[in-house]
Amino acid sequence: MIRDITIGQYYPKESKVHQLDPRVKLAGTFVYMISMFCFHRFLGFLFVSLFLGWVIKKSDIPFSYIVKGLKPILFLLVFTMVINALFVDGHIIWSWGILKISVEGIRKAVFMGIRLSLLVLGASMMTFTTTPNHLTDGLEQMLKPLRKLHVPVHEISMMMSIALRFIPILLEETDKIMKAQMARGADFETGGMIKRAKNMVPLLVPLFVSAFRRANDLAMAMEARCYRGGEGRTKMKPLEYQQADYIAYGVLAGYIIILMIGLRYIPSIWTIVG
Amino acid sequence: MNYMIRAKNLVYEYIRRDKEDNVVDITTAINKVNIDVEQGQFIAVLGHNGSGKSTFAKHINGLLIPMEGSLWVDGKNTNDMKKLWEIRQSAGMVFQNPDNQFVANVVEEDVGFGPENLGVKTSKIWKRVEESLSAVEMLPFRKKSPNKLSGGQKQRVAIAGVMAMRPKCIILDEPTAMLDPGGRKEVMDTIRKLNKEEGMTVILITHYMDEVVYADKIFVMDHGSVVMEGIPKEIFAQVDELKNYHLNVPQVTELAYELRKEGIPMPKAVLTVEEFMEAFEKM
Repeated sequence: MIRDITIGQYYPKESKVHQLDPRVKLAGTFVYMISMFCFHRFLGFLFVSLFLGWVIKKSDIPFSYIVKGLKPILFLLVFTMVINALFVDGHIIWSWGILKISVEGIRKAVFMGIRLSLLVLGASMMTFTTTPNHLTDGLEQMLKPLRKLHVPVHEISMMMSIALRFIPILLEETDKIMKAQMARGADFETGGMIKRAKNMVPLLVPLFVSAFRRANDLAMAMEARCYRGGEGRTKMKPLEYQQADYIAYGVLAGYIIILMIGLRYIPSIWTIVG
Repeated sequence: MNYMIRAKNLVYEYIRRDKEDNVVDITTAINKVNIDVEQGQFIAVLGHNGSGKSTFAKHINGLLIPMEGSLWVDGKNTNDMKKLWEIRQSAGMVFQNPDNQFVANVVEEDVGFGPENLGVKTSKIWKRVEESLSAVEMLPFRKKSPNKLSGGQKQRVAIAGVMAMRPKCIILDEPTAMLDPGGRKEVMDTIRKLNKEEGMTVILITHYMDEVVYADKIFVMDHGSVVMEGIPKEIFAQVDELKNYHLNVPQVTELAYELRKEGIPMPKAVLTVEEFMEAFEKM
């Protein structure tokens, strides 16, 4: 069950989106996320979803696989929506004590729910289509100017790529330890919050121990292969913009322009205040 | 004679200290070890857990520096910190756990990691990656994620990752300990092929006796010292002594040994089933 977590994982395919320069994808994700906060109308979501849908189609990744990425944030999603629905003032249609549901509240809840889902889906599209190494290469390139401020850009990007690489391994390990502890009578499922948190201890301790052991092994293996930081390193896959990347930048610009113009000039049916 | 690896009176101790930096405990991991390895040889270092064989392996790669004595790799002393990276390049190392030595999420990127660190030009990295992957017969898997490979395949990719650095010798620290029999055979075949066809000097650290049958020379370690050395035939003839060091000879060897003890004319050391059958048919 724990292995169902797909967020942050690379999905190998040879699509156009996969082949784009990671810098384009990083910039695209950034712009996409910012754009989500630039409107308060449901119409905007139509544009955004069309754009995202188009990218997903181009990426050749099964839609069901992408939606699975929402699972781990399901709780957060529901929580946000419920809070919004219960505590936004407006035209009240149901109330019980201090709890009240208003039309505006429901509208806001739906709005937030869609926004959050689209944000996560968009961000996970980047990790689905970009290998961690590629991603960190892109980050490293884009953040290079920060090196002048003594920010260890290479080290940070290396750490990120390794963290991503070990996510599936550690998840598998968690699963294994959980089963082993359950076989010995550990109970992870019943009891209140505090009891459950306490019951996690026999899971977390071995997990941390093994994570440290792995880190130690990996550090040794990296040193054995002459890793000594970013100085004097060459790249197997250096980043060079191709024609497709310029086109992608163009598409991105087009997306923003259409979104902005559309939202400004298409008359609204109903809007959200706030 | 120019030795690929030469260890002289090597000593290494693990020292445990308490909070005030007082020495609590000293464990001598290797004690006055002398080992010479010639270019192109297939060397096996045998020993049970805690015999110091892994500690020795880490010295060859410069991961550990000897406390006493010296070790030369391709004529370079590992005490010389300036030569450290040259040494690590000429003596590549493959570790036991296949999962914990992958840096990248794609096979070919991982194989390219070593050459990248060495500052090899991009076009040459690609060439090296292709050559190394085909040497271990893993080229069709180049775009795959290492997580999707079997244990034996993972270790072969790890070997390719070391090969891509163009080392002169390759040290394998129990590369098959976590593999199933099929994977073990895959890895052993690859190692033998590299030794025979590419002339790679191989140092295999293991406690599986059947893996060392094809070695040119065997060193047996126990409690940090080299207690036996010789060609496989010599070593395997001493079944009782090996058992003293908690090492089990291959089943055929033991069978032949027991038969010989009962007075049946068997040759002194039978290493493979074929040899046994040959001797058996002669009788």
